[in-house]
Amino acid sequence: MKGLFPIFKRELLAYFRSPVAYVFIIIFLAANAGCTFMLGNFYDSNQASLEVSFLFHPWLYLFLIPAVGMRLWAEERRSGTGELLLTLPVRTSVSVFGKFLAGWAFIAVALILTFPMIITVHYLGFPDNGPIITGYLGSFLMAGAYLAITSFTSALTKNQVISFILSVNICLILVLLGWGVLSEILNTIFPVWLTDVISQFSFTTHFDAIRRGVVDLRDIVYFLSIIIFMLMTNVVVLESKKAS
Amino acid sequence: MIVVEALSKQFGRFQAVDEISFEVQRGEVLGFLGPNGAGKSTTMKMLTCYLPPTSGNAEVNGFSINSQPLQVQEQIGYLPESAPSYNEMQVEEFLTFIGEVRGFSGTELRRKVGRVLELTSLQDARKQIIDTLSKGFRQRTCLAQSLIHDPPVLILDEPTDGLDPNQKHEVRELIRRMSEERTILISTHILEEVEAVCSRALIISEGRLVGLGTPDELLSQSIYRNAVTLSVSGKSAEALLEDLNGLEQVYSVERLEDMPSGALTVRVFPKDRESISSELEQFLKKKKMVIEQFFVERGRLDEVFRNLTLGN
Ligand SMILES: Nc1ncnc2c1ncn2[C@@H]1O[C@H](COP(=O)(O)OP(=O)(O)OP(=O)(O)O)[C@@H](O)[C@H]1O
Ligand SMILES: [Mg+2]
Repeated sequence: MKGLFPIFKRELLAYFRSPVAYVFIIIFLAANAGCTFMLGNFYDSNQASLEVSFLFHPWLYLFLIPAVGMRLWAEERRSGTGELLLTLPVRTSVSVFGKFLAGWAFIAVALILTFPMIITVHYLGFPDNGPIITGYLGSFLMAGAYLAITSFTSALTKNQVISFILSVNICLILVLLGWGVLSEILNTIFPVWLTDVISQFSFTTHFDAIRRGVVDLRDIVYFLSIIIFMLMTNVVVLESKKAS
Repeated sequence: MIVVEALSKQFGRFQAVDEISFEVQRGEVLGFLGPNGAGKSTTMKMLTCYLPPTSGNAEVNGFSINSQPLQVQEQIGYLPESAPSYNEMQVEEFLTFIGEVRGFSGTELRRKVGRVLELTSLQDARKQIIDTLSKGFRQRTCLAQSLIHDPPVLILDEPTDGLDPNQKHEVRELIRRMSEERTILISTHILEEVEAVCSRALIISEGRLVGLGTPDELLSQSIYRNAVTLSVSGKSAEALLEDLNGLEQVYSVERLEDMPSGALTVRVFPKDRESISSELEQFLKKKKMVIEQFFVERGRLDEVFRNLTLGN
């Protein structure tokens, strides 16, 4: 694990030194509030909870997290610093994990900055804090899965835009597989059990339960496995890119 | 010490490095020469475990690049060709980062950063954002990075590229000073640099090793080796040429532009590139000619380089 902390620290600082970071945070906060109050009919629901707010997170993340993660490896490759980093006596897996953690920490900061929403629901009523906490944890975990996918696509190319488009597409598939509308269409074609299996691969399916305050170990394991699998693939891509 | 054994690298079907073998001992500076695209950087990338070789192996202080990359990387300080660094960081901060990744901390780290800033004369730029540095300063920042852990092996890809003449001199001095207890491999396109700092030089072309030796050994392959350029007055041109051609040790004589003084200037090529300066001097004295210029060449590296890299 030698080198993990300095790599993490450098990457996180790099986020906050680029204007893109602040643009991202502002867009995320605005979109989060916008979706909740306008699309989600927050007031009409007459419920003091953040459930509707979390409902939109899979869609918000779909664009915002690829934007956060696209630079992770593509930029190292473009600027040549990857050659520096990968010739330091540090395992590739440590570099990958350190950079991933930095992106994740950055997203955590953005999530923490949504705290006015929590204050608002407490002001409006007496919310159950359980689902709020699990919602945040679930959202954070899910964000990690998006980010791990983006980190992987970012290692495939030196072009950040290509990395962005690739990861938006992969994440979109993972969101749609569990989307109610799609499931109903699939139900008309496939047997129900098959549709269920397909939807088990989706972010939405696993996030929905957590969002409602139901913490199932399987959902947590699902997100963690996506993260681990994607980061391992990321390492393999970096090492095979070197070989080509 | 670096031992390279039949190292090869293929990119698809393209053979970038073709079974190169050589050794660099501790205390040596090996200069790596070759035309653009010859495979110098590729070889260095393999030695630093950035690219895995297609076949062959190399050992750096006894550690194999194929099976012990982390140990190899501990031994090496590497300056990549493009001298990359994290642009958003300050010079000192960047060097501190590299030191941290290499496992140093606290006062030891600060001391090491201070030392390399001094070695590369970057003290005044320590707080400057790398993005705002000029090319030469960036080059030195990346060089400083390679020295942070006081590595026993240095691999520097065109270390003086983009430096002004003073800094070139400084960096060469630095390399020479450091070479005593280190193993150093540098690539360069500046042939004077080879004579200035390298104890041996290696020439590759199209991935193959075409020449290896001390600068003097390479120079001895030059047709200018021991050629004498001389200007004399007091005799007619034709007679002198005839006399010189008549000498036993002379291979050929070439007439050059005459001096402004009217003196006749010729270049004499000896047979077998043997030294003929004393014989010539005696001969000219005997003929009572006034020597205005007398210059013995050691050989020309650029000509040797051209022959070795274009010849095949
Ligand atoms: N990743 C790669 N994929 C394909 N070909 C490559 C790759 N890297 C290098 N090459 C090719 O390998 C050859 C050797 O390149 P290399 O960079 O080692 O040359 P060099 O001797 O350092 O040249 P220069 O003096 O210009 O720096 C070149 O023809 C180059 O195009
Ligand atoms: Mg090169």
